[in-house]
Amino acid sequence: MIVELGHFALILSLMAAIFTAFFGLLGAHLNRAEWMAVVRPSTYAQFTLVSLALLALGYAFVQNDFSVLYVATNSNSALPVFYRVSAIWGGHEGSLLLWLWILVAWSTAVALLSQGLPASFTARVLGVLGIIAIGFMLFTLATSSPFERLLPAPPDGRDLNPLLQDPALAVHPPMLYAGYVGFAVAFAFACAAMLEGRLDQTWARWTRPWTTIAWAFLSVGIALGSWWAYYELGWGGYWFWDPVENASFMPWLVGTALIHSLAVTEKRGLFKSWTLLLAILAFSLSLLGTFLVRSGVLVSVHSFAADPERGMFILAFLVLIIGGALTLYAWRAPLLRSAAGFEFTARESFLLFNNILLVIAAAAVFAGTMAPLISDALGLGTLSVGRQYFDPVFLLPTLPLLALAAVGIHSGWKKGRLSDRSRAIWVTMIVSLALMLALVLGAWDGPKLLTPLAFALGIWLVLSALIDPWERWRRGLSLTPAIIGMALAHAALGLFVLSITAVESYTRERDLALAVGEAGTVGEFEYRLVGMETVEGPNYDALRAEVLVYENGDLVGTLHPEKRNYWVQRSVMTEAGIDMQWTRDIFAALGEDLGAGRWSVRAQVRPLINYVWFAAFLMALGGVIAAADRRYRRKDTSA
Amino acid sequence: MTPRQRRVTLVVGILAGVSIAGALALSAFRENVMFFFDPSQVAAGEAPIDKRFRLGGMVRPGSVDRQAGSLELQFVVTDFQQDVPVRYSGVVPDLFRENQGVVAHGRLGTDGIFVADEILAKHDENYMPPEVARAIKDKHGGVMPANPDLRSVPET
Amino acid sequence: MMRFLLPAGVFAALALVLFIGVQRAPEKSVIPSALIGQPAPQFELPILGTNDGFNNASLQGQWYLLNVWGTWCPECVNEHQMLLEIARSQVLPMIGLNWKDEDAAAQRWLTQLGDPYDVVAVDRDGRVAIDWGVYGAPETFLINDRGLVEYKHVGAMTLNVWREQFLTRIPRAPPATGGER
Repeated sequence: MIVELGHFALILSLMAAIFTAFFGLLGAHLNRAEWMAVVRPSTYAQFTLVSLALLALGYAFVQNDFSVLYVATNSNSALPVFYRVSAIWGGHEGSLLLWLWILVAWSTAVALLSQGLPASFTARVLGVLGIIAIGFMLFTLATSSPFERLLPAPPDGRDLNPLLQDPALAVHPPMLYAGYVGFAVAFAFACAAMLEGRLDQTWARWTRPWTTIAWAFLSVGIALGSWWAYYELGWGGYWFWDPVENASFMPWLVGTALIHSLAVTEKRGLFKSWTLLLAILAFSLSLLGTFLVRSGVLVSVHSFAADPERGMFILAFLVLIIGGALTLYAWRAPLLRSAAGFEFTARESFLLFNNILLVIAAAAVFAGTMAPLISDALGLGTLSVGRQYFDPVFLLPTLPLLALAAVGIHSGWKKGRLSDRSRAIWVTMIVSLALMLALVLGAWDGPKLLTPLAFALGIWLVLSALIDPWERWRRGLSLTPAIIGMALAHAALGLFVLSITAVESYTRERDLALAVGEAGTVGEFEYRLVGMETVEGPNYDALRAEVLVYENGDLVGTLHPEKRNYWVQRSVMTEAGIDMQWTRDIFAALGEDLGAGRWSVRAQVRPLINYVWFAAFLMALGGVIAAADRRYRRKDTSA
Repeated sequence: MTPRQRRVTLVVGILAGVSIAGALALSAFRENVMFFFDPSQVAAGEAPIDKRFRLGGMVRPGSVDRQAGSLELQFVVTDFQQDVPVRYSGVVPDLFRENQGVVAHGRLGTDGIFVADEILAKHDENYMPPEVARAIKDKHGGVMPANPDLRSVPET
Repeated sequence: MMRFLLPAGVFAALALVLFIGVQRAPEKSVIPSALIGQPAPQFELPILGTNDGFNNASLQGQWYLLNVWGTWCPECVNEHQMLLEIARSQVLPMIGLNWKDEDAAAQRWLTQLGDPYDVVAVDRDGRVAIDWGVYGAPETFLINDRGLVEYKHVGAMTLNVWREQFLTRIPRAPPATGGER
């Protein structure tokens, strides 16, 4: 009964969304205040109704109602309650409902916090968001309802995919979707501005905090996904350039460009049409990601079961939304004029290059992701693009980007007055160059030319980002959230570069064949298998190894990798044993029985790897702090 | 420089940068893209000898041969028409099994043995590498799971 | 102002590629059975629980079902009730192909859940399943009186599938079996 109520609530929410879109867009167009007045309440109604639907599904999961097909396919009575809740988004249908809920949550947040904006503008923003909601509600109801019944009910469910029975992955989709969908707000602001013909700097200021928050969510979501892949897929990699990973990374790159170009548009009224285009692009790439994951055109670890009917539906929706926005853009953007000029060393030009390089990087990822699809569509054969392509092509635009960032954060608007900071820039650059020289001359066994270069860039960026807040603090000047956030995010980027360089350059790894009592060496480390035992979990049994790791004779870690056998799905899972330390991860994964009492063991020691994710979280935190700046909360609407 | 000159310089600079990046990306692409071949294509000599590629098919039942206690492994990838022997050293994925779809990355030796440096099996019971599915369809027929998550395969 | 139309143009090209991709996507996941319309592969296998052999040539000239199952297959439990219903309706004989299983487990299964099969052939090493192009269990084949594969269903048998895909193909289909929804 509750489940049917949930289904009914979802149908009602579709009505509310149609209301919002109709009265919002048409009311603003005809300038009817009483029509526009409907928009806020109907947005709240969407939120309430979709929340009810989500709660109903959650109730079915917690109560183990296996007469619901979706529950029967994604849960089991032996599944712990926490995972029964996260199983709501463990499959296609439920994760779509979550997507939808996050969308209406964003709309509601906009409705609540946009009291200072002109009524017609708010009506248009919420109207555009309403159209997006209609599309996804129709999609859910028509092709992917999670409320379908399965009668007679099976005695028990088929269980959640064991790969998904993990805390990080329980939080990963909500975070990722919050980012993806958050770009819908920037998209809606851009569309509303174009419809309204209000293409001045104010819309940039209104859009900025929303975009930054969405970007922060997306950063955390991607980092969690990568962390999960690292310890749960079992083989120690943390980024695979998998199509689905790329699908989340492309909006992130374009979103990063958007944050920066919004700054220029807000402060200086430049790059207006470019900023609009980026806002459309960021959300378009999010939609494209949703399409790639759910249509079955690309197969990956993360994708859902293929269904061409769903693919066709999203494609039609994609064409409607993106095509519509780009047409609107082609019509409105020519009206924009940027009169102001700027000097070559001004902040504007640094941010221009930032944008160009980020978009090139996104385009390179895009080309690699789409190449198999295009080659297939043109009948040129089946090909695959791996890290041999992505690594160099991605580094090409990003390395200069880092150097530009280190200098650029000290540049001033309009006039390039680097002089008052030039000493600091020189000092930090010399420190990092010295480090690079030390590396090259062999203070460390630098394996590649890239290693010292990337280390130097990383250090330079960290130091350079921290100069400004430090100087201000020393002189007793005010430190606004915007300044702290920006410094933190850029220093975090430097930390990210440092840690990734360390991981890529100094990882020790080897596959070993070990019997109990035997040891193998991995670089200066020794892995000794000391025991094997059988253990039992709530819905699996496992073979558990005990591995002691020695460095130059000293015990540095004790690992317990497992080979789990999940009963219901009858699938075997590798649970890596990881000892997280301040400076490195010591890692072992148990492979298969090799016969003769031996087991294969994948042994890895990865320095600084946890700082990769930590840096991503810091970056996101920087974004949140910057978005909390007071000036975004001023009510005036003048430019 | 006049503003106009400056703008021209800027545009030319950007264009040059973009085209260099594009050219480099294209060459990286041509060198590093891996094509997929099935055992019949390999037998027909279509696969390159000196270049890495992806070999896909089913692991022939009874062909997995491992010297007890060692990481060295030999098996046969088949599309039910032709066989290609594969040699690999290292940990294999959980779902690497006989009579299961598999994709191996590596090079073909002059002795006709494919030396793999990476083995991909299905990540879970539901996943069949699409190229493998298609290759086998062409050779053999049979139905891939329409709703694959509802089915399972035997453990060997 | 052509340059502002450029993004829309690029997107149109992309949408076309995606369209072709979606068109081809079903091909990636569902391979139409080349076996359909072809003679059913012949096999000679031991009958479960006996020392006798079974050859499917003995069914020449009549319609029959071949159901691939194993005790290791969770979805086979779910379709078992439906198979019993089909057996009860006595529309046509049903052969079970017990795929890569243990005899003792298979016999225990049939004792506990009921036995819908007229004959259970034991395919211990899975070679017959390869001949039939089986990728997973359960799968159910419909073979006609000329010995050709008429239809193949992948996944659990349900009442709808039975009514819409099987009964409609079998000539002079008797009234549908019970079990109302």
